[in-house]
Amino acid sequence: MGEMNILDERKQFIQIGNSSDGCSGIKCDSDSLSGAVSQRACVYCGARVVLNPITDAFHIVHGPIGCASYTWDIRGSLSSGSELYRNSFSTDLCEKDVVFGGEKKLAAAIDELATLHNPKVIFVYATCIVGVIGDDVDAVCKAAEQKYGIRVIPVKSPGFSGNKSYGYKMACDAIMSLISPCAKEGEKHGVNILGDFNLAGEMWIIKNYLKEIGIDVVSTITGDASYDSITKAPSAELNIVQCAGSMTYLANRMEEEMGIPYIKVSFFGIEDTGSALVRIAEAVGTSDNIARAKEFTQKESSRLKAALSKYDSCLKGKKAAIYVGGGFKAISLIRQFAAMGMKTVVVGTQTGKPEDYEVINQLVDKDTVILDDANPAELEQFMKQMGADILVGGVKERPLAYKLGIAFCDHNHERKHALAGYDGVINFTEEVNRSINSPVWQYLNIPTPKGGGLAL
Amino acid sequence: MLNLTPKKITPRTALRVNPCKTCQPVGAIYCALGVHRCMPHSHGSQGCVSYHRTFLTRHFKEPAIASTSSFTEGASVFGGGSNLKTGVKNVFDIYDPDMIAVHTTCLSETIGDDVGSYIMDIDLPDNKLVVHANTPSYVGSHVTGFYNMMCGFINYLSLNTKSPNGKIGIFPGFVNPADIREMKKLASMMKASFIMFPDQSGVMDAPMTGNYEMYPKGGTTKEEIISLGDCAKVLALGIFTSLEPANVLKRKCKVPYEALPLPIGIANTDQFIMELKKITQEEVPPALEEERGRLVDVMLDAHFYCYGKEVAVFGDPDTALGLTSFVLELGMIPKYVITGTPSDGFEKKAAELFDLFQVEGCMAKASADLFELHQLIKNEPVDLLLGTSYGKQIAKAENIPFVRAGFPVLDRYAHSYFPIVGYLGGLRLTELITCALMDQFDRECEDEDMDVVM
Repeated sequence: MGEMNILDERKQFIQIGNSSDGCSGIKCDSDSLSGAVSQRACVYCGARVVLNPITDAFHIVHGPIGCASYTWDIRGSLSSGSELYRNSFSTDLCEKDVVFGGEKKLAAAIDELATLHNPKVIFVYATCIVGVIGDDVDAVCKAAEQKYGIRVIPVKSPGFSGNKSYGYKMACDAIMSLISPCAKEGEKHGVNILGDFNLAGEMWIIKNYLKEIGIDVVSTITGDASYDSITKAPSAELNIVQCAGSMTYLANRMEEEMGIPYIKVSFFGIEDTGSALVRIAEAVGTSDNIARAKEFTQKESSRLKAALSKYDSCLKGKKAAIYVGGGFKAISLIRQFAAMGMKTVVVGTQTGKPEDYEVINQLVDKDTVILDDANPAELEQFMKQMGADILVGGVKERPLAYKLGIAFCDHNHERKHALAGYDGVINFTEEVNRSINSPVWQYLNIPTPKGGGLAL
Repeated sequence: MLNLTPKKITPRTALRVNPCKTCQPVGAIYCALGVHRCMPHSHGSQGCVSYHRTFLTRHFKEPAIASTSSFTEGASVFGGGSNLKTGVKNVFDIYDPDMIAVHTTCLSETIGDDVGSYIMDIDLPDNKLVVHANTPSYVGSHVTGFYNMMCGFINYLSLNTKSPNGKIGIFPGFVNPADIREMKKLASMMKASFIMFPDQSGVMDAPMTGNYEMYPKGGTTKEEIISLGDCAKVLALGIFTSLEPANVLKRKCKVPYEALPLPIGIANTDQFIMELKKITQEEVPPALEEERGRLVDVMLDAHFYCYGKEVAVFGDPDTALGLTSFVLELGMIPKYVITGTPSDGFEKKAAELFDLFQVEGCMAKASADLFELHQLIKNEPVDLLLGTSYGKQIAKAENIPFVRAGFPVLDRYAHSYFPIVGYLGGLRLTELITCALMDQFDRECEDEDMDVVM
């Protein structure tokens, strides 16, 4: 292995193969190294991606224009109602505001928004610079709440105050401050789905499954959520946590403060989707619900086996590399690739936790490379070395894979097809096959005859 | 979102809705990517550079590499000096560029990091360089960041050695790699010996080889940037983008310059060619005259469909003005010309174009946003929308044919491989504009008006 490309400080973030004692010692959940070209984002990013799918909320980004413009309509979270969240609002702080403080501008921006659009809820994101110049965003929001009788919720998300995971936490705090006043005593019923953002309509798939087995969904956090729907969340009897990285903190707070227990599930892959549905039915359902869950998952599994068998010969034995945001997704993907007869040779995450790596460690082969907070140089080196045929990642990884002549599947914001649930498995398999077996690859190697030039 | 925009226009002073610009650092990165074997480095917290790389990747569908100082809370309290020192060392150790181009962010600017003196304190490996530019996000836009980074390179590197190199410096402005290729082609046809700076061609449109080259073949070399100081003259294309670096070079190295509009459309391209001719004293070659003739021919063929059609143009100041000039040449009426970038003189330049073609009822505005443009269109509609991808919602809401040009175009492929500058760029724009209008007609017309021949 070309050691030269890996910094000493980075070596603890990389583990080759599963360790025999069953305990993964990989370093994770810590700040990135300066100069290492991390693929990671910031606190604001974490907060924004969690809250943005609340469809009828106004998201005002308090800061210079960049933070708002880069997060304008990026998530691919679909809405069944309002499309408000797809606009970009900002205070567009300029030099004068930075010198004299941005509080007045923020208050004026809220005024302009309130007069123009009659909002129900406004989230105000405090970005890096607001943290430094010390605007009292809390006070401005509180004054606006009183003035207009609406919810104006500050989201403390200066980029430097931690990493993306910390932004998830700030978003969860904002959600708590939105829903806490709506908690009422009384019988609890149904479930909340936490940590699905309705990318390509995935939340709708999950809701349909739960409907199929007779489980009521109270609130979705935050995919396809609205002010009215999200404030009903305290009346649920169980929280289902899909994206553990972003939502475990909220689930814990809701358990402590509202008495709602939670279970972690994943809807990626046949195996995980099936066990998720059965576990949910077992947790809140009647024996009828459990029976329906089992019947449904069996029926869907066998439908899928038939539908997927045609890809067996195209994909069996291929090697996969995974570089995604959170650990839960990486884990599901390893299982899903195994079900497709493929081997995961490289697996990394941006924000995986020790317990995620523990599970990953148990799932992979002896020679698999495990990475936390990787950079493009490491990804390139390990993908080449391990002979990966496809990379699953996000927008920045796509051209890297293509340049290396490796197929690619987007499992992040830009996915156009749902990858969750049973139909998601079909979409995923089709995408993997389409990219690995594209006829374009055959033109990559240019035959050069002796005299030079193309062989015609 | 499509129904958010009310028709009634009320003044806003604080709330920006749907911006028509973004912040300085992304422009600084794009500029630095146009320098050979240079690593752009963002001095601030990590999210900025992650967004910038994503944004550039989405536009070019190419890897956009840049490192970061990865500020944490400590750095933002005690200053980012040690982060920069570690960052620079790490970047040279693992990524081995020839040069690192540091740009600041709103965070490092506000805490008052003196990047220039940090750099002086760093022990650099032999033959390696670090340059920097101040690019606070709360000033200007991505265009400002682009030219500030150009100024940074010039300030650090360009030298007047008193031995003239006889070359022309060409500053291409904030354009796509294909535009730069086209400018280079035109300059070569005019037999000019030139230095293109910056030059993202071959970097942000590198060919597929099966290898990932962190530093592809393209880009202005360090030697060329140094040598800018010995150039006979600089052609600064796009006054809002290239004037400032031209001024900096003039002050530092006494190189005279001519500031021209981006060569979009016939008149602007003619002006570029004539300036080249003035310098090289070469005749315009027949091949180039033929190219121009082909463009005029096609514009004539298409004029019936374009003449008198009203169009809204938006984007970066120089791009928007170039496009405005070209649609006027096609006989269209640029009813609204909008840029989000704060620019003194933008409105005046646009008004000069309106006067030149004697069109009435047109308005131009800098520091505007797309919400405002949408409101204007709701009150008085246009026949065509011409600008970046962010216009697509307006186009859909109001059912207006839409042509994408400028930065960013996030929702189409291959656009950055075709120029909009030069005569060839004019051909492409004519095709795009005419086809968009015709497609709309075909989609909407009565059956009896539908004709295979148009």
